[in-house]
Amino acid sequence: MIAAPEEQGLIAWLRNAAGKVSVQAESESASTSARLALPTSFPGEGGHRPGSYPFDRGISDRGYLDRPWVMGMYSGYASPRETNARFRALLESGQTGLSIALDLPTQIGIDSDHPLAFGEVGKVGVPINSVDDMLALLDGLPLHQVRQMRSTANAIGPMFLAFVIVALEEMGVDPAAFELFLQNDPLKEFTARGTWVFPPRPSLKLAVDVTEYMARHVPHWRPMQFCGYHIRDAGGTAVEELAVAMANGIAYLDEAIARGLSASEIAPGMYLFLAAGLDIFEEAAKFRAARRLWARILHECYGVPQDRCSIQIFSYTLGGALSAREPANNITRIAYEALAAALGGVQTLATSSWDEAHGLPSAEAANLSLKTQQILAFESGVTKVVDPLGGSHYVEALTDGIESAAAATLADILERGGAVTCIENGHIEDMLADSAWRDYLDQQEGRKIIVGVNYKPSADDPGWKSDFSMPADVAAEAIAGIGATRARRDPAELARALTALEVAAQAGSNTVPTLIAAARARATLGEMTAALAAVYGTHKAGAAA
Amino acid sequence: MNAPAKGNRGHVLVSKVGLDGHDRGAKVLARMLREEGFEVDYLGVRTTAEQLAQCARSRAVDVVAVSLLSGAHVEVAALVRGALDAAGLPHVPIAIGGLIPAGDIPALRASGVASVFTPGQADAGPQAISAAMDDLVSQARAAVQEG
Repeated sequence: MIAAPEEQGLIAWLRNAAGKVSVQAESESASTSARLALPTSFPGEGGHRPGSYPFDRGISDRGYLDRPWVMGMYSGYASPRETNARFRALLESGQTGLSIALDLPTQIGIDSDHPLAFGEVGKVGVPINSVDDMLALLDGLPLHQVRQMRSTANAIGPMFLAFVIVALEEMGVDPAAFELFLQNDPLKEFTARGTWVFPPRPSLKLAVDVTEYMARHVPHWRPMQFCGYHIRDAGGTAVEELAVAMANGIAYLDEAIARGLSASEIAPGMYLFLAAGLDIFEEAAKFRAARRLWARILHECYGVPQDRCSIQIFSYTLGGALSAREPANNITRIAYEALAAALGGVQTLATSSWDEAHGLPSAEAANLSLKTQQILAFESGVTKVVDPLGGSHYVEALTDGIESAAAATLADILERGGAVTCIENGHIEDMLADSAWRDYLDQQEGRKIIVGVNYKPSADDPGWKSDFSMPADVAAEAIAGIGATRARRDPAELARALTALEVAAQAGSNTVPTLIAAARARATLGEMTAALAAVYGTHKAGAAA
Repeated sequence: MNAPAKGNRGHVLVSKVGLDGHDRGAKVLARMLREEGFEVDYLGVRTTAEQLAQCARSRAVDVVAVSLLSGAHVEVAALVRGALDAAGLPHVPIAIGGLIPAGDIPALRASGVASVFTPGQADAGPQAISAAMDDLVSQARAAVQEG
C-alpha cells in the first residue's frame, strides 16, 4: 500500500509531534526516567479545560460529576437462554451496559454444528447461529434501561449487525432505545486475539461496511471500537498499544473517506478500547495522551472541527496482569487497574474477575468485580473532581512522553505502508512478540515483581476452586436450535437472499443490506460467512514463527 | 551442568489447536524452549489436530506441546491424541498447558496426555519446564527404540 498524499502529511506531522519528546519513554509502558518530575510547561497551563480540545483533560467538563462511567461486564456463555438469565441478574445488580461475549465458533463465522466448532460451542461466550438466537438472547430484557449494548463481533461485525437489526424489527423495539456498540475491529485480530475470517483487505472493507451503514441509517449507534487492549494483552507496551490501535483506526478512517464519507462524520462514532494496567500514573497518563494524540491527528491532519475530535474510551482491566497463583491477590490488582481508568477519565469500564487466570469467571467473582467498580464510583471519592491528576508535574510529563513515543511508533508503522501492510508482512506481530519476550524476561529475572509469584509466594497457596460448571448439553442445544431454524424457513427465499449477498460482495457494494435480508430469511451465520468467503477467500494462519 | 548442545535437546512442536487465538504464552514458550536448547517449531493459531499430526510426522518431532485458553482442552486433547495415533505417532507424547483447571487432569490423562501444565505452573521458570520437556523427550525416544 502506497501512503496516500494525506498520509504523507500525517507521517510528517507525527514525526514532528514525536520530535518534541522531553521525557524518554521506555520499559513496560513508558516510564519516565526522571525520579522527580520538575516543574515544566505543560498543555494544561495553557488554560484549556476538561471538555476542550485537545481533550487530554477529558471529553467533558463535567467528568463523572453527574454520573459515573458506564459499568459493563463482559458476559455470555452456554446458550442464548443462559446468557439472557445472567444479563437479567446483572441488570438487577445495577449494571448499566450489556456486553455480549460470543463463543469462538460464532466469532469466526461458523455454525455450532460445524466440525471445527467441536468442543468450543458456548465455552467463552454465547453461540449466535441465526436471528432466532438473537431473539432468545434479548428476550424480555429491559432494553430501555440498558445504556449500551456491546459485542465482540469483529470479523463477523456486519452479520452481527444484521442479526440485531432484524431481531429489533421483529420485537418491535425502536433502535433509538439504546446504543449498539460493535467492536468491529477485525484488523487487530491478525496480530492479537486471532478470530480472523477473511484476509486483511476484505476484512477492512467489511468493517467499513458497518461504519457506512450505521452512518447512513442508525447514526447514533457506534460502528467500531479500535482496540489497543488486545495489542497490550498480546505483550505490547502501553506505547505500542496506542500506536497499533491508532494505525488500525487510521486504516478504517481512510477506507471510509475513500467511500465518500467525511472524517467529521465518521470520527465521532469511533470508540477507543484500551487496557487499564497496574501502573496507576502511567496508565492514567496513557488515557490522557490517547485522547490528545487522536484529537490532534483528527483536527490537524484530517481537518475535523475541534469539537468533533474527542474520543470516547472504553477500558477493560488488563487480564494479563492477573496471576494464577494466589488468585485472591487479583481482587486488589483489579481495583488498582480500575482506579487508573477512572483517573484517566474513561467513559466505560469493564473489570475482570479475580478467578479469570484459572478459567471462565464464576458468577460470584463477576459480581464482586462489578462491586469493585461501584465502591470506586460511590465510596472512594474519585468522581468528585474532573481530571484529578491534571497539572501534576509527573503525570503531565508522562502524558507528553507517551504521546510522543506513540506518535513515533505510529509514524513508523505508516512509513512501512500502514496497518494492513504491517499485518501482512508480520511487522506488528514481531514487534509484539519481542515485547512479550522482554516482559517474560523481566519477570523471570526479577526486574518486574509479581507478588505471590516471583516475590514472597505463600507456602500454602489456597488456590482456586471453580463453582463454574457448564451445562452439559450446550452444543446439542445450539445444534437443535439451528435445526429448528432451518426447518421453519423458506428454502427459495433463503437461496435468493444468499445469492443477492454474494452478488453484492462481488460488486463491491455495501454488504449490510443484503445481510439483513439474509438474516430475515433465517440464513445462519455460517451460511452468510460462506457466501462472503466465496468472494473474498479466507485468511490462512501464519506460518512457523 | 551437562546441558546438551544448543538445538539438540529434543524437538518440540508448539501449537494452538482449536479456535482460541491468544498465543502470547505459546510464543513465549517456543522462544524460551529454543533459548534452553530445544529445537522448536511453532505452528501459529487455529491449527487443526490433523495439521498438527502431519507436521509432527514430517518434522519428526519428539514432543507435541499444545496451548489452550478457551476451555476446549478436554475435547481438543482427545482429537490431538487420535490424530497423532492415526499418523503413526503413538509414541509422541502430548504436553498441554493453559487455562486448565486441576480437576480436568484425570480426564486429560485418560485421553492420553502425558503432561498437564495448569495455570501458575508456567511461573515455575525455564528450568522446571525444560526439565519436564527433557523427561518427555526421553520417554518418546525410549518408546521409539522399543518399537
